[in-house]
Amino acid sequence: MNQDLLGVLVMFGLALGLALPLGRFLANVFRGDKNALDFLAPVERGIFRLSGIDANREMTWQQHLVALLTINLVWFVLAMAVLCTQGVLPLNPDHNPSMSPDLAFNTAISFLVNCNLQHYSGESGLSYLSQIVVITFLQFVSAATGIAAAVVIFNALQARTTDKLGNFYNYFVKSLTRLLLPGSLIIALILAFNGTPMTLAGKQELVTLQGESVAVSRGPVAAMVAIKELGTNGGGFYGANSAHPLENPNFLTNVVENVALTLIPLAMIFALGFYLKRKRLAWMIFGVMTVGFVALLAPTIYYEMHGNPAIAQMGVDQNLGALEGKEMRFGAAASAYWSITNTVISCGSINSMHDSFMPLSGLCQMLGMMTNAFYGGCGVGLLNFFAYLIIAVFIAGLMVGRTPEFLGKKIEAREMKIAVIVTLLHPLLILAGTAMTAHLYAGNPTEYAGWLANPGFHGFSEMLYEFTSASANNGSGFEGLGDNTPWWNISTGVVLLLSRFLPIIGPVAIAGLLARKKVVPESAGTLPADTATFGVMVLAVIVIIAALAFFPALALGPIAEHFSLY
Amino acid sequence: MSPKSQSLFQPQLVKEALKQSFVKLDPRLMYRNPVMFTVELGTVVMLFVTLGLLVNPDPAQGSFAYNFVVFLVLLLTLLFANFAEAIAEARGKAQAESLRKTREETPARVIDEKGNISSVSSSQLQKGQMFVVEAGEIIPTDGEIIEGLATIDESAITGESAPVVREAGGDKSSVTGGTKVLSDRIRVVVTTQPGESFLDKMIALVEGAARQKTPNEIALTILLAGFTLVFVIVCVTLQPFAVYSKTPIAIASFIALFVCLIPTTIGGLLSAIGIAGMDRALRANVITKSGKAVETAGDIDVLLLDKTGTITIGNRKATHFWPAPGVDERQLIELATTASLTDETPEGKSIVELAREQNVDPQQLQTHLQGAELIKFTAETRSSGVTLANGTRIRKGASDAIRQLATKANQPFPQEVTQRAEAVASNGGTPLVVSENDRVMGVVELQDIIKPGIQERFERLRKMGIKTVMVTGDNPLTAKFIAEKSGVDDFIAEAKPEDKMTYIRTEQQSGKLVAMMGDGTNDAPALAQADVGVAMNSGTQAAKEAGNMVDLDNDPTKLIEVVEIGKQLLMTRGTLTTFSIANDVAKYFAIVPALFMVAIPSLGALNIMHLESPQSAILSAVIFNAIIIPALVPLALRGVAYKPIGASALLRRNLLVYGLGGVIVPFIGIKLIDLLVGVFM
Repeated sequence: MNQDLLGVLVMFGLALGLALPLGRFLANVFRGDKNALDFLAPVERGIFRLSGIDANREMTWQQHLVALLTINLVWFVLAMAVLCTQGVLPLNPDHNPSMSPDLAFNTAISFLVNCNLQHYSGESGLSYLSQIVVITFLQFVSAATGIAAAVVIFNALQARTTDKLGNFYNYFVKSLTRLLLPGSLIIALILAFNGTPMTLAGKQELVTLQGESVAVSRGPVAAMVAIKELGTNGGGFYGANSAHPLENPNFLTNVVENVALTLIPLAMIFALGFYLKRKRLAWMIFGVMTVGFVALLAPTIYYEMHGNPAIAQMGVDQNLGALEGKEMRFGAAASAYWSITNTVISCGSINSMHDSFMPLSGLCQMLGMMTNAFYGGCGVGLLNFFAYLIIAVFIAGLMVGRTPEFLGKKIEAREMKIAVIVTLLHPLLILAGTAMTAHLYAGNPTEYAGWLANPGFHGFSEMLYEFTSASANNGSGFEGLGDNTPWWNISTGVVLLLSRFLPIIGPVAIAGLLARKKVVPESAGTLPADTATFGVMVLAVIVIIAALAFFPALALGPIAEHFSLY
Repeated sequence: MSPKSQSLFQPQLVKEALKQSFVKLDPRLMYRNPVMFTVELGTVVMLFVTLGLLVNPDPAQGSFAYNFVVFLVLLLTLLFANFAEAIAEARGKAQAESLRKTREETPARVIDEKGNISSVSSSQLQKGQMFVVEAGEIIPTDGEIIEGLATIDESAITGESAPVVREAGGDKSSVTGGTKVLSDRIRVVVTTQPGESFLDKMIALVEGAARQKTPNEIALTILLAGFTLVFVIVCVTLQPFAVYSKTPIAIASFIALFVCLIPTTIGGLLSAIGIAGMDRALRANVITKSGKAVETAGDIDVLLLDKTGTITIGNRKATHFWPAPGVDERQLIELATTASLTDETPEGKSIVELAREQNVDPQQLQTHLQGAELIKFTAETRSSGVTLANGTRIRKGASDAIRQLATKANQPFPQEVTQRAEAVASNGGTPLVVSENDRVMGVVELQDIIKPGIQERFERLRKMGIKTVMVTGDNPLTAKFIAEKSGVDDFIAEAKPEDKMTYIRTEQQSGKLVAMMGDGTNDAPALAQADVGVAMNSGTQAAKEAGNMVDLDNDPTKLIEVVEIGKQLLMTRGTLTTFSIANDVAKYFAIVPALFMVAIPSLGALNIMHLESPQSAILSAVIFNAIIIPALVPLALRGVAYKPIGASALLRRNLLVYGLGGVIVPFIGIKLIDLLVGVFM
């Protein structure tokens, strides 16, 4: 038991220990200061020259957004083209067929938005070419998009008045060359040495101990899994994701993958502090996020380690915890830690089946995605947090008798409007999506019987989880859901698109508007944003707006299930 | 002046406010407040549901009585919110009216172009008309003296009993309606149209029509509308959820949940808070031209204050006579006194006073003045004095002015006198050198007297984060000394009117908000440039037009009060928003279990308050939601007390009181109401 908990502490400690120096390094990279990877500068210059980009051209916040949306559109077209024709393209040793257009659409969107909701199984659904040039490629660039957008905000929050906020392509390319590519290389090597395949050869035939002959899927797995975690993407090479023994062979790889996915979201917080030279602000943000994270983690670990009372009643020993749907090589605590890190952070990879978790653990997983700002995804976690921060600054500012200001910039009606829309969007998409599905299902339970594996409270949780996961761009599934139907494909697809780009556009716009404003010098009457008191304020805003809005829905799902179980 | 400490709810005001509470139910007025407007929609729905049940009883919707009670409570919520706004308006109006009453319907003697005088009622005076007022008469309306000089009793407006002198030309030319002329006769030109005086504007501002939302109020309204929308989504989507879960929810429960969750407390009190802010300014005898000005005052970073009258008491006073070497001290005192006997300036008078304290009888010296020629101070000679009948020239003046006289007459200017003059100056005093027939006789030391308690006020301002700047005509040395002694952060010495302007501009360029007070016409540009410009009522019309507030008391320290009123205004909004939102936690725990308990008994575990029954839980929540509004009206009207303890400490304090309090209070309140409701059910 204690060893399990120690494992969890080691994973968090490792991530934090690596995130601090990485944060400082990232701040240097994006400020253009001297850093350890400056020897890569010629490579970057080559990329810019090749693509005809002037990386020194300063952009306004609108130009940043245009650049961001344009390249995203290009990738989408590229991904669609490859997925629809992969059957006839090279690098397809297993002769997997081309995707149908609707599934290709869903897959392209899903990986473009860093969500990685998968309505296919990698073993049979994708060729190696698709795995490399669509899936792995999008996993790199979608993570870099989020990081670049966050850096625009870093730049905008400096104490000066300007509308020039650096060059988007510069941020974007450097996120790749200085962070994602080198980081993935290291992780992929560790994985490969622990047994994760890295080959372009097709299926391997073998005879098991039982004497059955099976064909084991292989492929360029290690490379893909590395960026899957590091870029908080979450979409697995295999259908079973990191529960698959080749995707996540042992406890060591589990630690590496888990640390990898928490690394960048943590490092970005500290990068903000180093970039703006406001370390206390970074610690405040880290503190708020960590309190929220631990509040979700603690009950999950508790309930998973204490087993399922209903199964205990059947006479099955629950001393090792609730192990249904979990891998023995990871155990209850590490699986609980994995599930919460993957839901607070919009990674969404799984090493155990969330459907089988205890009801309150499922609640915590959903709350992690509903708040979506306790660390959050690569770069975008900070963007979400920023919207909450603006609302907290506004109320707190009034409470100390001054027109609210954040880092010397006044928060006025326009910023408020955007922040409100961004924070409103999330509950709207989740609740409206679930409501429509519930309405359809309740209207004709027999026709839609295939949608839900379990009726009742658990079925409700399944629907709620699916839309929460889509809206949080998380990508993990509660499973037990027949999700490869037109309704699920279309509805979650729409949710995916809206919930990716609006929460990027909104915060970048707020930051851009703030950057243009005059800097108000700090005085004794200014509310400092880097204190514990203000941290409490931000946390309260997140809890009351983001979490409480879901209380009635959660009551009908996991809470009702919990109380009927205990 | 009406007494300032009147109770919050005077009977006649309450009566008027009650009437207005119903008038304001008009949806055309209501839509300005999105939060309360949605409550009104909910109330209307409840009305139809209740009426429908009368015709066609439906057990799923609960009894008629229960639905009717929910409807009544919602209606009450609306009325309470309207009442809060109405009582704030009524109080503001009453305050303004009591000021206006003093000036209404006084006969005015108007002079036409031909010089004929006719009597007209003051309310019919047009801008540009001329009238005369004599000793013993009341000035009919605001205006500017174009001819004559008069002493005026302004106590009706300012409460200050000492009469003031007003004269044509210069900065003391404006008169206020309602004040009384004590001596002489003046001709005055009317400067405002009837119904357009500052008071009239203020009254209009307090009344709904002219009241514009301030930028902060708009931003807050957006936030509250956002919260409202979130709960629209929560409540609407709950319907299919409930159908899926086979837990039918009555319409009354939906509406109750919605109304309880949206921030009705702050939504209902928001406009009352704004009006009360202007009202508090008015109670401090400051007329604001917009609600925004009061709000901006709370944000002020820099305060420009005139030295004289604000930091120091009136003018400089003589504190010491320093004779030149070889001159008898008594001789110096007598000369200085003789030169000052006819000097009406405060400095001159203070010399005579100091002489009297040192046992020199000014009465006796008076005799020397027979046939003497008075030499007035001019900017050119920078000295004044007398030339006696026997030809003796006594002069007093600035050190270098007397030095010039002495040099011209080939008289020495003793080293000791130079040193003394410098010593006096470096001590913040002003040296006045006295000469007799161009011979330097000694130095009179004039000192500024700093107002008692002013250091503490500046300390308080510093803690608020406000930088104080002293504006003075003194030389930099003197200015520095007084600045240090009084504790201001910065000073502008040898200030010309344009210096103020430059200073304000520079501060504003670095993002700061600047407030200043002024009275002269040459202050007008700076008053207009400043973010908060408070014109003194005694000031010129130009100054009053340029500023965005008028201080009826002519009290230069008023700015400090105005800043606190502004801060209180913002704080009251912020704390009540926090309180309102924090209340949701308890309301969720009252209503959510009540919604589902019957169909899903296991959810009864969420009923941590152990409320009697689902219906009593919902009723208790809406009743609490309704009565918290009037319960907080006094706080909204008085404002949350501002304490300059630093922003972080202030936030901590307010978060504890209004945040944590906002979480706990409704748990207790709802439980108590439930106990009470349980008795009747």
